Amino acid sequence: MNTIADRPQIDSARQRKVVDALAAFLPPHALLHAREDVQPYECDGLSAYRQLPMVVALPETEAEVQRILKTCHAMRVPVVARGAGTGLSGGALPPGNGVLLSLARFMSILDIDVAARTARLQPGVRNLAVSEAAAQYGLYYAPDPSSQIACSIGGNVAENSGGMHCLKYGLTVHNILKVRAYTIDGELLEIGSDGLDSAGYDVLALITGSEGLLAVITEVTVKLLPVPELAQCILAAFDDVGKAGQAVANIIAAGIIPAGLEMMDKITTGAVEPFVNAGYPLDAEAILLCESDGNAAEVAEEIERMKTVMQASGATEVRVSSSEAERYRFWAGRKAAFPAAGRVSPDYYCMDGTIPKKALPRVLNAITELSAKYGLRCMNVFHAGDGNLHPLILYDANKPGELHRTEQFGAEILQLSIDVGGTITGEHGVGVEKINAMCDQFKPLELTTFHGVKAAFDEHALLNPGKAVPTLHRCAEFGRMHVHAGQEKFPDLPRF
Amino acid sequence: MQAIVDQLAATVREAAAQHAPLCIRGGGSKDFYGGPLRGETLSVAAYRGIIDYEPSELVITACAGTPLAEIETALRDKGQMLAFEPPHFGPHSTLGGCIAAGLSGPRRAYAGSVRDTVLGVRMLDGKGDDLRFGGQVMKNVAGFDVSRVLAGSLGTLGVLLEISLKVLPLPTAEATLRFEHTAADAIAAMNAWAGKPLPLSATAWHDGRLHVRLSGAAAAVSAAIVTLGGERLDDAFAQRYWQDIREQSAAFFTSAQTLWRLSLKPTTPPLNLPGAQLIEWNGALRWLATNAAAGAVRAAAELGGGHATLFRGGDKSAGVFHPLPPALAAIERKLKLTFDPAGIFNPGRMYAEF
Repeated sequence: MNTIADRPQIDSARQRKVVDALAAFLPPHALLHAREDVQPYECDGLSAYRQLPMVVALPETEAEVQRILKTCHAMRVPVVARGAGTGLSGGALPPGNGVLLSLARFMSILDIDVAARTARLQPGVRNLAVSEAAAQYGLYYAPDPSSQIACSIGGNVAENSGGMHCLKYGLTVHNILKVRAYTIDGELLEIGSDGLDSAGYDVLALITGSEGLLAVITEVTVKLLPVPELAQCILAAFDDVGKAGQAVANIIAAGIIPAGLEMMDKITTGAVEPFVNAGYPLDAEAILLCESDGNAAEVAEEIERMKTVMQASGATEVRVSSSEAERYRFWAGRKAAFPAAGRVSPDYYCMDGTIPKKALPRVLNAITELSAKYGLRCMNVFHAGDGNLHPLILYDANKPGELHRTEQFGAEILQLSIDVGGTITGEHGVGVEKINAMCDQFKPLELTTFHGVKAAFDEHALLNPGKAVPTLHRCAEFGRMHVHAGQEKFPDLPRF
Repeated sequence: MQAIVDQLAATVREAAAQHAPLCIRGGGSKDFYGGPLRGETLSVAAYRGIIDYEPSELVITACAGTPLAEIETALRDKGQMLAFEPPHFGPHSTLGGCIAAGLSGPRRAYAGSVRDTVLGVRMLDGKGDDLRFGGQVMKNVAGFDVSRVLAGSLGTLGVLLEISLKVLPLPTAEATLRFEHTAADAIAAMNAWAGKPLPLSATAWHDGRLHVRLSGAAAAVSAAIVTLGGERLDDAFAQRYWQDIREQSAAFFTSAQTLWRLSLKPTTPPLNLPGAQLIEWNGALRWLATNAAAGAVRAAAELGGGHATLFRGGDKSAGVFHPLPPALAAIERKLKLTFDPAGIFNPGRMYAEF
């Protein structure tokens, strides 16, 4: 495993054999292999990494999924599962020597149990569709990644997706009860239960965020929560990024858990404002969005407390949304940050480190210095409440050397995240993108344990090979790269 | 402190070499829980103390041998708490035992479980290797989520050394209401309320009475009192009531000869089994004091979409925890072998085979 982007040429004899084997039970429209048919699957949301899949399978039933897996297992063919393909770490990068298994046709909401407050979903159901379907019962599904209009619930489980509201309402792992999944040898696993826990080891926690390395998910039962009566949002402006970071710590220290707590720096507000007209104060070095939800009296009380803390932390301006329309406007810019980056720069590279909140000022200052050092602009948007940074490095792939500098800049941010006691990825996953940084975050013995976990489900490492967990061999080579300074840091990274 | 870790690691390595079982132990408060205790005691009680606690991070990191009471006091001093309200089951209960047992208290259905709270661990595996998984931050998807798997693994995968947990602020207001209800009506009411935006933080039904605790902002709690009705209990009385549920010191628990714990779909009707029942977590947790055959209890649990544990007393020889489906059992056996190849950690504590 781990030859992540060696872009193997497709072996046409092998391709023929695999297609023939799958055609024995899959109808022609569910089996693609012509170049023009498989091209749309060559990358996920991280388009820097591309690879044509040898075969794309689009099953419609669990029985078909099971037979595909059994067939591939018997033939020792790698399988990569894909949901909506919105992932940002290349987790669904196809195998050039294997089958891309798309769950896109599993789009049914199988059941909403209003009394028990659960929804049983096929993996291809879009995240937002769950809340839309549950709205008539006054319920919703809490995790709300920015891509929620497009991303699928199966992918959310595979990546343990977060969102704007996870400080208060948790990540995917906190909001699911049960998963049906098939191992590579076609065994059905029913993980979790209709209760709040299950017997044996917590395999549900293990499968969540496993990036498609352990099993292929065919059904997810999620928890639904009651929709809060009211939500209101504060927009606070600061003349210094460090002060904004301190305000975040002060909010938490005051015993408040906001429904959302997000930060944007000046370059970000400047980039998004022309597109969303949110009315952001453009002279502010940083703004915080801080949301309260609950019943009317509770929200009024909490908003007052939040305002007091913001003012005491040196906010130059504090606005409170006075209507749903205004609240949406406050959020519109935050949700548009990634697309806006794409508009103000030919290319951008999104990082995902999570750090202790106390390290925010230090890390933000360091990013400013790195920005100057590499001569590249960087927009900072992040889930401030839980310390999850999303620096967006702006570059132009057509300018010689810019991509290389971008990668070095990004690698320094990841190393910094580890140095301050954080992690290289808070919610986007390791995929192929951060596989080398895993060698920095984990010791060889820890990586060996991960390989043991992988082998417990998939002895021959056929599911999503080369993703999420690097081999020790790869880390050794990567380490050597460190020693020989000046050499390419990411030798396997395909050119943009 | 590193000397203690080195000593523990040396003991583990020696035991592994001889395939000699070790019984990992903190304060011994949960010796009653799970299968039989086997092997030489490996005490982690000496490895104690809070390593890092900054209230504004909402994270505490402490050694496994730290008394749970010490941690809860430190948190309370800063206006915070372990939201899963762990039962102590005795004065010597440790953090490590709390995580390994994986038991959560009355607030669990509303604020999350032990495993929901675990952010990272430092542990010794069955080869005596010192490993770290997860970390001290809220969001972390680097590598498989091994630290959450250790919660509730009853020490069968490794020796917990240090644990980082997410903590939450103490609610500013709290009130307990009491209602007269049959079990069926109570189950219906709890589930209906759970679907409304109410600041519920605990529910318990027993013997015709439903108790509901509300926690949160004062405004939210007072509004909910009006919405729900019922009889408001005196605060001190209510506190004792929930303490007795959490610590199982209520008469229902102390008088039970054989106590089963059933984790079910919350809307499951009252169990059609002999004996007395106490219902928590909106109906998702059923305590059953019964002399019914294990097979009948397990069948009822499966019908309710969940599982049954022989929690206290009874005949443990037929197994304490619900049997696993074969495909899952095969994987869990391999997981056990990955972490503990010599099979030395708490053998039989969870399942006879591992």
